[in-house]
Amino acid sequence: MAEQTLPQYLLEQARRNPRGIAIREKEKGIWQQWTWQQYLNEVRDFANGLAALGFQAGDKLAILSDNRPQVYWTMSAVQALHGMPVPLYQDSIGAQLEYVIDHSDSIMVMAEDQEQVDKVLDSKANLPKIRQVIYDDPKGMRDYDDPLLIRFTEVQEMGRQYAQEHPNFFEDHIAAGKADHVALMGYTSGTTGVPKGAMLSHANLITAVQGMEEVEPYYPEDETIAYLPPAWVGDTFWSLAGSQIRGFTINCPERPETVQENIREIAPHFIVAPPAIWENLVSEVQVKMEDSTFMKRWLYNRFMPIGYEVARAQMEKKPLTGRQKFLRALGEFFVFGALRDQFGFRRIRSAYTGGAPLGPEIFLFFRALGINLKQVYGQTETGVTCVQRDDEVAMGTVGTPFPNVQMTLSEDGEVLVSGPTVFLGYYKNPEATAETLQDGWLHSGDAAFFDQNRHLVVIDRAKDVTSLSDGTKFAPQFIENKLKFSPYIKEVVSVGQDRPYVAAMINIDMDNVGRWAEKQRVAYTTFTDLAQKPEVYDLISREVDRVNSDLPDTTQIRRFLLLHKELDADDEELTRTRKVRRGFVAEKYADLIEALFSEEVNEVPVKSIITYQDGRQSTIDTKLAIRSVDKVLTSV
Amino acid sequence: MASEGELSIQNVTRQFGGVVAVNDVSFDTRPGEILSVIGPNGAGKTTVLNTISGFYHPNSGSILFEGRNITDYSPSRIAALGVARTFQNIALFRGMTVLENLMLGRHVHMRTGVLAAMLRFGPARKEEVAHRQVVEDIIDFLEIQPLRKRPVGALAYGLQKRVELGRALAARPKILLLDEPMGGMNVEEKEDMARFILDVNEELGTTVVLIEHDMGVVMDISDRVVVLDVGQKIAEGTPNEVKESPAVIQAYLGAQALG
Repeated sequence: MAEQTLPQYLLEQARRNPRGIAIREKEKGIWQQWTWQQYLNEVRDFANGLAALGFQAGDKLAILSDNRPQVYWTMSAVQALHGMPVPLYQDSIGAQLEYVIDHSDSIMVMAEDQEQVDKVLDSKANLPKIRQVIYDDPKGMRDYDDPLLIRFTEVQEMGRQYAQEHPNFFEDHIAAGKADHVALMGYTSGTTGVPKGAMLSHANLITAVQGMEEVEPYYPEDETIAYLPPAWVGDTFWSLAGSQIRGFTINCPERPETVQENIREIAPHFIVAPPAIWENLVSEVQVKMEDSTFMKRWLYNRFMPIGYEVARAQMEKKPLTGRQKFLRALGEFFVFGALRDQFGFRRIRSAYTGGAPLGPEIFLFFRALGINLKQVYGQTETGVTCVQRDDEVAMGTVGTPFPNVQMTLSEDGEVLVSGPTVFLGYYKNPEATAETLQDGWLHSGDAAFFDQNRHLVVIDRAKDVTSLSDGTKFAPQFIENKLKFSPYIKEVVSVGQDRPYVAAMINIDMDNVGRWAEKQRVAYTTFTDLAQKPEVYDLISREVDRVNSDLPDTTQIRRFLLLHKELDADDEELTRTRKVRRGFVAEKYADLIEALFSEEVNEVPVKSIITYQDGRQSTIDTKLAIRSVDKVLTSV
Repeated sequence: MASEGELSIQNVTRQFGGVVAVNDVSFDTRPGEILSVIGPNGAGKTTVLNTISGFYHPNSGSILFEGRNITDYSPSRIAALGVARTFQNIALFRGMTVLENLMLGRHVHMRTGVLAAMLRFGPARKEEVAHRQVVEDIIDFLEIQPLRKRPVGALAYGLQKRVELGRALAARPKILLLDEPMGGMNVEEKEDMARFILDVNEELGTTVVLIEHDMGVVMDISDRVVVLDVGQKIAEGTPNEVKESPAVIQAYLGAQALG
């Protein structure tokens, strides 16, 4: 019998491979593990417990947690009962949190620990539909007596009772599951407007995984790390669907701060990360190299060029010369193998980057190290749809669509997608659904084209590709990615729509610039203070010059300023997946943008309210310097 | 009959040459409470703590712990009875990792001899594992997992203080003496530290004697407060009582403040 739903795949996995390791979590310094049989037992107990609490088919359950086995057990349990899991970004607070939980009509919340429970209880008055708040980690909650609260293990205990009274309830429900039932409600991050609840069916997720598997091999013995937010559909795709279908092992880190260490311990076979992570890793290597011994620096500088050379040759499908092979082998021995091991990438077969474009320099860096870094492309509404095959990795493209995905371009160059992975629609939002899904084609909102090899090249979000006042087109992300390659720059917002030139608002990378400042004997106190130091402006100016030398004259950055605070999701300037919300930022910093385009203005006052993690607010009141780039550099 | 963790300071006086640092001070702790000792600089607070933990012996007066007279005990003997303390200036081994420092905090409970430990015989290994388990609980409690293998000297000051607290907790004490645990911390760090102190007190029932300058914290988390000024106790009571006391206002703000 072919499996139609994820819970059916889970049953099959436990039947076929009961003693295989399904999932691990590091706790108190030790990797705890669960076999598929144990995983199934946990899911069964929780599902029965939810039923005992009155959870029914069609109900929704919101999840507020870091990556833990309980998250995936909850999702499976809810699916088994024909309900819909609604994972939220674990750093959501206040209005954002209330919106998603309420809009989704969730009747229960699974909150990981005291911090998450507090957030939900604080918003209780605005969440009238919530009947139960299930928590896992009891630390700090001894005196909590809210009647909504119930512990995860208690629900499972109720489940075992329930199973005695209703012996086949669980298995019967799973057997009755259908492929077109909703498996997940994923709220999209919303760079514009309010988040929308995308409904993905079991068929969507399963065909997406199957499509991926036709192109990329996965094995039951594979290990991977589950560290990306459960609210991001990519995590459900790999850590829930992929794992249950193929049987590979998911490893949950001890804490978000220990992820790198945990990756080193596990040495996963494949890994997925958004560009920000890859950028951070590069910055880390660059900075650590500066701090390391002369010998190591010398070896690194000596061998990186051959790494780049070989990586480029491989991408252009040129055969390697004897000299290249020899030097590359030496480099492998001295530098590349060690660096890969440092990252925990010793066993990596495929490393994926997706979610936003990755700067070519960053991409090339990892390929030079011998890491098979590849672009994937997709979105919540379609699942992952494209990946670069091993033999077609090239810079700037996102590869070709999976065999079961149809992709074409609209007249305006927008990517349209069709096939079994396309979602069912937005929950309670027929207008948005009708706009996005027309005649069976999903409008992705991405501007792209197919290159001569029929590989997809994504330019930018269609809405963001814009032009200067004289009509010259430019894609902000293209320029921003180039700047972000610098270890000193964390985030950039470039502006220029209907303006005479391109200008940029830049966030420095506090850690790296701080270290640099210490070496330069520049004293500083806070981020705001550091960002306004003339020496730091000089430093960033050099980075801007570097990028400008790579850009056509017309779209070079002419003026820039360093922001007084880091752009933050808590201040709604970034989405929870760390994408810049351009519209919001343009409005909030309208004064700064005006100043950037007023040639005589060299300084602009700014006053901002910042929001701390717990919701408290405070004000920054300061002046920002604006630097003009004097020379117009001609690109070589 | 003295209860668990009860400390009694009776007419303790400690003098250094001509300076009478602590002058006839008496107070008791109630089991399971958080008692703050406050006072302007030079009031003798740290000296009182040092006297309790055995670094100094009083010139006169006595100190009782759980009914037992510990006035002349050595610091190690006092620690073995379940009295742990932190130091204002952090007493961690800077070159050792966080984990190693915390394991050291278990020293008071280690029974294995040097030879057995060196050779890692059966019972020595079992003991090591048992101690590691306790230490991991503390690491989990203080949320310092990412710092396990890092040398203490490389940590930021606020984190070093947290590890210092961990070291004291590793001894699983009945009473915890904290000497300015929040010195040099920003608002968020102080909140974290206050939360940890409250959790230790509520979840483990540990009595806490706290020297602290941040009045906000003191008023917020203390059950009772003792106020010292130039070596003498000038007030004792609940935070509110002490806040209103004229003697306290005068000591901190001068006679004019009384208007």
